[in-house]
Amino acid sequence: MNPFPLRGLPLKGAARGRPPIITIKTMQITAEHLTYVYNPGSPFAVKALDDVSLTIEEGEFFGIIGHTGSGKSTFVKHLNGLIRLPSSQKHYKKPKAKKGQPAPVEPSLKVGEFDLADRKTDFRALRKKVGMVFQYPEAQLFAETVFDDVAFGLKNFEKDLKAEEIEAAVKAATEIVGLDYAAVKDVSPFDLSGGQRRRAAIAGVIVTKPEILVLDEPAAGLDPLGKKEIMELLHRLHRDWCRTIVIVSHDMDEIAENCTRAAVFSEGKLVCALPPKELFLKSEELLSLGLDIPLTAKLCAALAKRGVSVGCDFTVDGFVRAVLGAKGEKR
Amino acid sequence: MTAVSFKNVDFSYGEDGFHMKNFSLDVEEGELVAVLGHNGSGKSTLARLMNGLLLADGGSVEIFGEPLTEKNLYDVRRQVGVVFQNPDNQTVSSIVEDDVAFGAENVGLPREEIGRRIEFALSAVGMEKYRDATVSRLSGGQKQRVAIAGVLALKPRVLVLDESTAMLDPRGRREIMDVVLRLNREEGMTVVLITHFMEEALLCGRAVVMNRGEIVMQGAPAEIFERHEELLTYNLTLPRIGEICKKLQAGGLPVPDTLDIDLLADSIARLLNE
Ligand SMILES: Nc1ncnc2c1ncn2[C@@H]1O[C@H](COP(=O)(O)OP(=O)(O)OP(=O)(O)O)[C@@H](O)[C@H]1O
Ligand SMILES: Nc1ncnc2c1ncn2[C@@H]1O[C@H](COP(=O)(O)OP(=O)(O)OP(=O)(O)O)[C@@H](O)[C@H]1O
Ligand SMILES: [Mg+2]
Ligand SMILES: [Mg+2]
Repeated sequence: MNPFPLRGLPLKGAARGRPPIITIKTMQITAEHLTYVYNPGSPFAVKALDDVSLTIEEGEFFGIIGHTGSGKSTFVKHLNGLIRLPSSQKHYKKPKAKKGQPAPVEPSLKVGEFDLADRKTDFRALRKKVGMVFQYPEAQLFAETVFDDVAFGLKNFEKDLKAEEIEAAVKAATEIVGLDYAAVKDVSPFDLSGGQRRRAAIAGVIVTKPEILVLDEPAAGLDPLGKKEIMELLHRLHRDWCRTIVIVSHDMDEIAENCTRAAVFSEGKLVCALPPKELFLKSEELLSLGLDIPLTAKLCAALAKRGVSVGCDFTVDGFVRAVLGAKGEKR
Repeated sequence: MTAVSFKNVDFSYGEDGFHMKNFSLDVEEGELVAVLGHNGSGKSTLARLMNGLLLADGGSVEIFGEPLTEKNLYDVRRQVGVVFQNPDNQTVSSIVEDDVAFGAENVGLPREEIGRRIEFALSAVGMEKYRDATVSRLSGGQKQRVAIAGVLALKPRVLVLDESTAMLDPRGRREIMDVVLRLNREEGMTVVLITHFMEEALLCGRAVVMNRGEIVMQGAPAEIFERHEELLTYNLTLPRIGEICKKLQAGGLPVPDTLDIDLLADSIARLLNE
């Protein structure tokens, strides 16, 4: 039995460039002029986001890359209201225009019908729609047992679920991330290994079936097979019920393999947002930003040096197909 | 000389669950060893046993010939610097510079030497600009760099890195690996590198594969990666380039098994031009 049955939602365009099946999209993410300063007005002020304007379409499997400290986590923490826009906070005063100058642009952020710049927004309802897996799983595990941890969000959002229903959902989510339910359910999350903790944190978020899943370096700390399985799982969820997936990653191969588009951050600014196929042609620019290109792109470059040109989308299968295709043509 | 020696070690966290039985492993001085294995296979447990954060239930863990006991814990621990998986658990001081200095100060080094160590460690991880920053206000990767710097400042005889580059950007990962390789080569520092990046294992002299608290494979990394099918049963994979070779072969292009980009490109170019 599929533990995550369809929610009755029509399927929408998935990753790998398939065309969308339906066109009514309601969960677009639109950031305009998003700027964020930690500790404003103090000597420790850090401008972590600097005038970021970015739209993530519903149905995307969106990647975010950037050097250490470039603002990736700060950006994604905005998406479920963990970091609030100044205008959505109490005692907010609209900045006044200086004489003879246009009024300053105010940052705005919309996630579907939610206007995150508005103080009256129902942030609880937003969190139900936007599930977030933090960069450090320790930051979201706190209950006494793995069971309670995974069940927490579910109990919080779905008040009238019966105990058996909760148990069934928790068991399914725990197993789907590759944990042995019977072995871990009564264990303290702090007695898990690093990778097991990451898996538990992911389970606790997908168990509520959010429409948008945001994962900050979800595969960090997973063993190689676990990494593959988690990415496969995300694709499956994306196909079944999760409309949009946003991942932060330092792994260029993972981005090339999985994402419809990826945004590049540097020093709080958005550099570009492109499909991997175009992004990873810019190897010099990426290297200068502390990033890298995937192995497939390195191989294409090494082949070009040897006078062989293979055009591909930089997925492993795409590369293999391109090489085998080139061989076929020769015959 | 043997730097770290596990001699018939028994260990468990409690009655049931994870346990190690009769576990033995020697790491020679000056060696660079990768430890690989599935989530929960016991890699971090090994790291904790090496610096006495955990003590063996049976058998012994010897550091340069001296068995770790509750009595000599602090002296022996000084020789083994471990960068743990979660940097949040190991920050001791709120300011970056103090945090990095903490270990070195504890050892009672003279002040000028501590100053030099901080310089060295912060520049090794590329965090010179952040010496006065507050650790809790750093990004994930910046915290990880500070944690590495704190242990580098100790210049331990044995350096244990427990997935310490998991959250660094590609350049950061390369830079840390370069520092580690240099310390190993030029200063003879013994390094135990716990990692899920198969590419990093290739840079080591020896790789050890853990499975459920046991060593199931060990040897030169290239040899281990030849045993592809077996690796899969332990939740491990080939480095990505090895997987591409396999897929090309399956598609009928007889490239050799190689883990080197240039060799693979040479071979593809030759086969396509035939
Ligand atoms: N403090 C603890 N109490 C009880 N069990 C623990 C504790 N720490 C770890 N374990 C268990 O011991 C086993 C080995 O854990 P360890 O952290 O050594 O794994 P690991 O190989 O480092 O895994 P990972 O790759 O996920 O970091 C796991 O099954 C874990 O659940
Ligand atoms: N709580 C905080 N207080 C003050 N400054 C912060 C805080 N959190 C992050 N910063 C700073 O804001 C900037 C952006 O941090 P952010 O965590 O968004 O980076 P990141 O791109 O996620 O990096 P990483 O890849 O290392 O996780 C960094 O310079 C960081 O030092
Ligand atoms: Mg981050
Ligand atoms: Mg571990």
